[in-house]
Amino acid sequence: MGMTAAEINASTLPPPGGRLLRRRLADYAGWGLCTLAFLFLGSATVWILAVVFMRGFRALTPQVLTHVTVGYGGGLLNAIEGTLVLAVGGILLAIPPGLASGIYLSEFGQGRLAPVIRFLVDVLVGVPSIVVGYFSYVTMVVGLGWKFSVAAGSIALAIIALPYICRTSEMALRQVPRAVREGAYALGAGDGRVAMGICVPMALPGILTGVLLALAIAVGETAPLIYTAGWSNYLWTGHLTNEPIGYLTYAIWAFITEPFTTAHELAYAAALFVTLFVLLISILARMALDENVGWLRRGRR
Amino acid sequence: MNFRRLTAFLAITAAGILVVIVAFLGIYAWPALRLNGSAFLFQNSWNLGNLYADPITLHGQQIMPGAHYGILFLIVGTLLSTAIALVIAVPVGVGSAMFLAEAVPHVLRSWVSFFVELLAAIPSVVYGLWGYAVVIPFLGHHVYPFLAKWFGFVPFFGGPTGSGYGLLTCGFVLFLMIVPLITATLRDALVSQPVFLREGAVALGASRFETLWTVLIPATRRVLIGSSILATGRALGETMAVLMVSGNALNYLPANIYTPISTMASFIVSQLDSALEDPTGMAVRSLAEVALVLCLISVIVNGLARVLLYYEVRQSQRVV
Repeated sequence: MGMTAAEINASTLPPPGGRLLRRRLADYAGWGLCTLAFLFLGSATVWILAVVFMRGFRALTPQVLTHVTVGYGGGLLNAIEGTLVLAVGGILLAIPPGLASGIYLSEFGQGRLAPVIRFLVDVLVGVPSIVVGYFSYVTMVVGLGWKFSVAAGSIALAIIALPYICRTSEMALRQVPRAVREGAYALGAGDGRVAMGICVPMALPGILTGVLLALAIAVGETAPLIYTAGWSNYLWTGHLTNEPIGYLTYAIWAFITEPFTTAHELAYAAALFVTLFVLLISILARMALDENVGWLRRGRR
Repeated sequence: MNFRRLTAFLAITAAGILVVIVAFLGIYAWPALRLNGSAFLFQNSWNLGNLYADPITLHGQQIMPGAHYGILFLIVGTLLSTAIALVIAVPVGVGSAMFLAEAVPHVLRSWVSFFVELLAAIPSVVYGLWGYAVVIPFLGHHVYPFLAKWFGFVPFFGGPTGSGYGLLTCGFVLFLMIVPLITATLRDALVSQPVFLREGAVALGASRFETLWTVLIPATRRVLIGSSILATGRALGETMAVLMVSGNALNYLPANIYTPISTMASFIVSQLDSALEDPTGMAVRSLAEVALVLCLISVIVNGLARVLLYYEVRQSQRVV
């Protein structure tokens, strides 16, 4: 006696309703909550960006870009210059040791030392930036007598950027196929030639992405600079020590709490510059890493 | 020195920075450590003393008369604001990671995720600006009175709601800053789970959501724990945003979730100016002790997270 599929189902499965209904409802509720969580985060992003962009563009005048700060008004030329000097200085200081330790971890770190270094560098990423700032204050501003200065500020930023550059360089270098190294060694190239002449150029897009992300972090930092770079209403005269320097994130923090409209406008304009810069770098980095359009991934395929 | 040795030397230098930071803070804070003893961690008494009097000598250290340093309120403020952030961030992070990993078409996934992960790229001080100018008035005028009125029976939800500066505002801003860490890490882990886990669950009759919830999420729990601890570390050390929305309380513990607080990180920024007024320098050294405590806590928290995540990577390599 043959049974159709429907008859088998009817005889073996529990009656519809009850459990099946409960499972389906749980499914809907689960997906609903997940969607809600996502929408919540998405709308927070929109909210923050909308506030910064709308108020920032409203506050943007040509004067902001061409004048230095006067009291609580004027422009932000000094702060823009200072942010560029400090961030670029910090990154330039962080690249040699960062890249070198990335090369060591990826190329030569087979022994027992490499995991320890990797661990310490990873933990360094997590050290709060204010701790780095206070450390720099104690050692350089006070200890070495540099006062608030470009040197102390850049070195503080370099300490923050270094672990990022190290780890992203290591990741990028690991993507270089092993056969390339074997070929180079077989042709008689030494360690330095293989790493710097072959692997680093091949991994350059990845390394540069890491450097750019570190630059974005440096531009957005405030806490490590407050007690190392200080603040100045004037343009930088080129002294590395004993001369404070202004920067954009300070203007955001210090000016929004002042009771003057001009101060608020400067704070929003500064926030706009910093956010635009960080956003631009993040988008560039994402395009580089994207599965579908990224030049990094395409190159590897 | 050959190339290999040179890179090894620079790598050791880079890793050594962490040791140097802890050592220098420790040496600088040593007189304060001796003076304050264990009371530093257990008393609510940050008091610079009479700055116009002559210094006195106590336990062999010169301090201003009446000076006393105890940071219990900072430790409590730091831990509570981080705990609130984490309590919101873990469920929201898990939910959005599930949504991004399973409900978004593959082509769109990386850009939709990017939109949420942007929250991690926005600088701390911009969060502070947004919190100060927009969130505080909104929460203080509309949300907190409502919460206190209708949920006042829940412990710590009732009572005076203040102006919007305080513990819950801190927790909320910190939550937004740390949640992308959890979402991004967990989403990557969900996407890269081996296919046979899915196949097995589907073969047993599980629906797509049941597969996700009962098989894939448990399989990635170590990643979830690791990334949550990393997020904790980030929240503990967050400075600027907290400084601008916390209300910078001094020497008292929060009575409810609306009370102003201070955290260790924000306190270092808000107090250095006045600490510099102390001619004996003990106040600045005590701030160094705050930095040292904060640094050690974050080293422990981050170390724990790295060990967990490292172990997870080892395991997944063994499976594949």
